[in-house]
Amino acid sequence: MNEGRPAAFYWLAAFFALFVLFLSGPLIVIFILSFQGPTGGLTFPMNGVSLHWFRRLWEGGGIVDIGGAFKRSLALGLVVMLLTVLLSLMAGLAFRKKFVGSDALFYIAVASLIVPSIVTSLGIAIEFHVLDDLLKNYGPSWISDNLTTTMGQFTSGLGAHLTWTLPFGLLVMFAIFNRFDIRFEEAARDQGATPWQTLRHVILPIILPSVIGVGLFGFTLSWDEIARSSQTMGEHNTLPMELQALTTTVTNPDIYALGTSTTAVSFAVIAMALFAIAILRARQARHGSDAGQA
Amino acid sequence: MAEARAPLESPGVPGWIQAMPFGLVFAAFFVLPLIFVVIVSFWDYNDYEMIPSFTTRSYTESFEGCLTKLPQLCTMLATYLSTAKFCLIVWALTLAIGFTVAYFLAFYIRSPTTQMVLFLVCTIPFWTSNVIRMISWIPLLGRNGLVNKVLMSLHIVDAPVEWLLYSQFSVALAFVHLFTFFMVAPIFNSMMRIDRRLIEAAYDSGASSWQMLTNVIIPLSKPGIAIGSIFVVTIVMGDYITFSVMGGGQIASAGKIIATRLNALQFPPAAASAVILLCATMLIIAGLNRIVDVRKEL
Repeated sequence: MNEGRPAAFYWLAAFFALFVLFLSGPLIVIFILSFQGPTGGLTFPMNGVSLHWFRRLWEGGGIVDIGGAFKRSLALGLVVMLLTVLLSLMAGLAFRKKFVGSDALFYIAVASLIVPSIVTSLGIAIEFHVLDDLLKNYGPSWISDNLTTTMGQFTSGLGAHLTWTLPFGLLVMFAIFNRFDIRFEEAARDQGATPWQTLRHVILPIILPSVIGVGLFGFTLSWDEIARSSQTMGEHNTLPMELQALTTTVTNPDIYALGTSTTAVSFAVIAMALFAIAILRARQARHGSDAGQA
Repeated sequence: MAEARAPLESPGVPGWIQAMPFGLVFAAFFVLPLIFVVIVSFWDYNDYEMIPSFTTRSYTESFEGCLTKLPQLCTMLATYLSTAKFCLIVWALTLAIGFTVAYFLAFYIRSPTTQMVLFLVCTIPFWTSNVIRMISWIPLLGRNGLVNKVLMSLHIVDAPVEWLLYSQFSVALAFVHLFTFFMVAPIFNSMMRIDRRLIEAAYDSGASSWQMLTNVIIPLSKPGIAIGSIFVVTIVMGDYITFSVMGGGQIASAGKIIATRLNALQFPPAAASAVILLCATMLIIAGLNRIVDVRKEL
C-alpha cells in the first residue's frame, strides 16, 4: 500500500523471525540431540555424534513394544485417512444441496472440535462399557460367551479419531466448494452427463489436489492424537500414548531418537502429499484448455 | 457456511443420503457418548463398577466443602480458578503474538505466494506430535539446559534457575508455543477479507498507521479474534496432557480432574466433572458470542 518499506515492516519482520525461531527452535534441538553419542545425556553438550540411540530404538532396547505401537498407529492413521476423505467428500457434496438437518449436522461437527477431547473420549468409553454389559447379559450366546470387550482400536478408537478429523475435513471441503466454478458442472450437464459422470469426470479431477489435502489432515491429526485415544483404544496403546507414558521416565536420548523418527514419518507423509498435489496441478495445467481464461 | 450451492434442481443422490455416513459417525461417537456422560454422571458407583440408579452423589462430592469452607476455596473452585488464570494468561499472549504475526502477513507481505509460504512456516511445529513438541523444551529449559548454561556462563545467575521447567511458566510457555497458530489462522483470514479500499480511504483521509490499526483493522478483525479466542480458551480449559507433562504433576487443571478420576476407573465422578467442565466451557463461549456473533462469520 505504501511506496518503499516503512520502518514498521522491519520491526514486524524481526518479530516474525523471532516467532518462527520460537516455534522451530526446540524441534531443531531435539533433532540434533537424537544423534547424541552413546555416552551422551539428555542435554548439551554432545558427546560425539552417532546413530546409537536410533539403533537401540529399532532393536527394541530400552523402550517397550515401540515397533508394535508404531504399526498400530500407522494402520489406524491410514484407515482414518481413507474414511476422512470419503465421508468428508460425500458430506461436502451433500452440503451443496439443501437437506433436512444440514444446519444441525454442521453445528454438531463444529461442536465436536470445541468439546474438550477428554470429555468425548470418556463418553465413548462409557458407551462401549454399557454396550459390553448389554451384550454380555442380553446378547445371543455366540456373542456373550466369547466377548471380552467391544472396545478396540478399530471400533471405539477409530470412531474417536473420526470425531476429530471429520470436522476439519468438512471445513476444508467447504473452502474447496466455495471456490469451485459451477459453470464446469453446468456445462457437463448441458452436454448430457449423468450426475455420476459429472462427479467422476468433471468435479473430482478438478478438486483432487485439495482432496489430497483432506487426506493429509486426516492422517497427521490421527497420527498425533492422544486425548481422544486415551480412554478408547482398548488394550493396546498408540504411538503418541506410549510416548506420553515415556515422558515421566525419560533418562536417556532414545526418546529424542523416537521423536525424530515419528517426526520423520509426518514429514514423509506431508512431502508425499505435496508431491502428489504438484503432479496433479502440473497435469491439470497440461491438459486443461485455455477456454475462459483471459 | 457453505455458500457455494450446486446448480439448482441438481438431480442425483439426495443430500441427506450423501451426508448419512458422516452424520452416523457423529451420532454414534459424539452425540450419544455425550448423552451417556450426562446420564452416568447421575449414577451411583462402588469400587468396582457403576450402578445405574439416580443419585447426585458425584456432584455433591465434587463440590464438597465449597460452601462450608468459605472463605477458603474448595478443591474444585481452586482448580477452576487456577485453570481460568492459565486461560487468561495464554489467551492474552497468543492474542498479542498471533495478532502481530497475522497483521504482518496480511498487510506487509505483498506477494500472495510469499504470504502462503510464510503462513505455512507458522504450521511447521504442527507437523510433529504434541508430546514431542513438549519434551523438546527439556534440553532447553532443564536444570542443565541451554538457557541455564547461558545464564550461568554470563554470570547472570549463580545457581540454575529451577522455575524454567515443570512449573507454571513452562506450562504457559508450552501452550503459547502450541496454540498461537490457532489465533494466527482465523485473524489472518479476517484480515484478508478486509476490503483494501477501506485502508486506502483511511490513508487518504490522513490516518496514521496507529489510527488505521485501532479504527479500521482491529474492529474488522474482531470475528477472527473471537474464533481464535474460543479455540485457545476451550483447549486450555479441557487440556490435561500439557498440564501433566509440562507441569511435572504439580499443577491441577479442570481437564486433569477428569483424567485423575478416570485413572481410578470411577466413571460417574469423572462424568460429573466432565459435565461441569462442559458447562464452564459453554459459559465462556456464550460470553465471547455476546461480543461477536460467531455464527455469522463461519
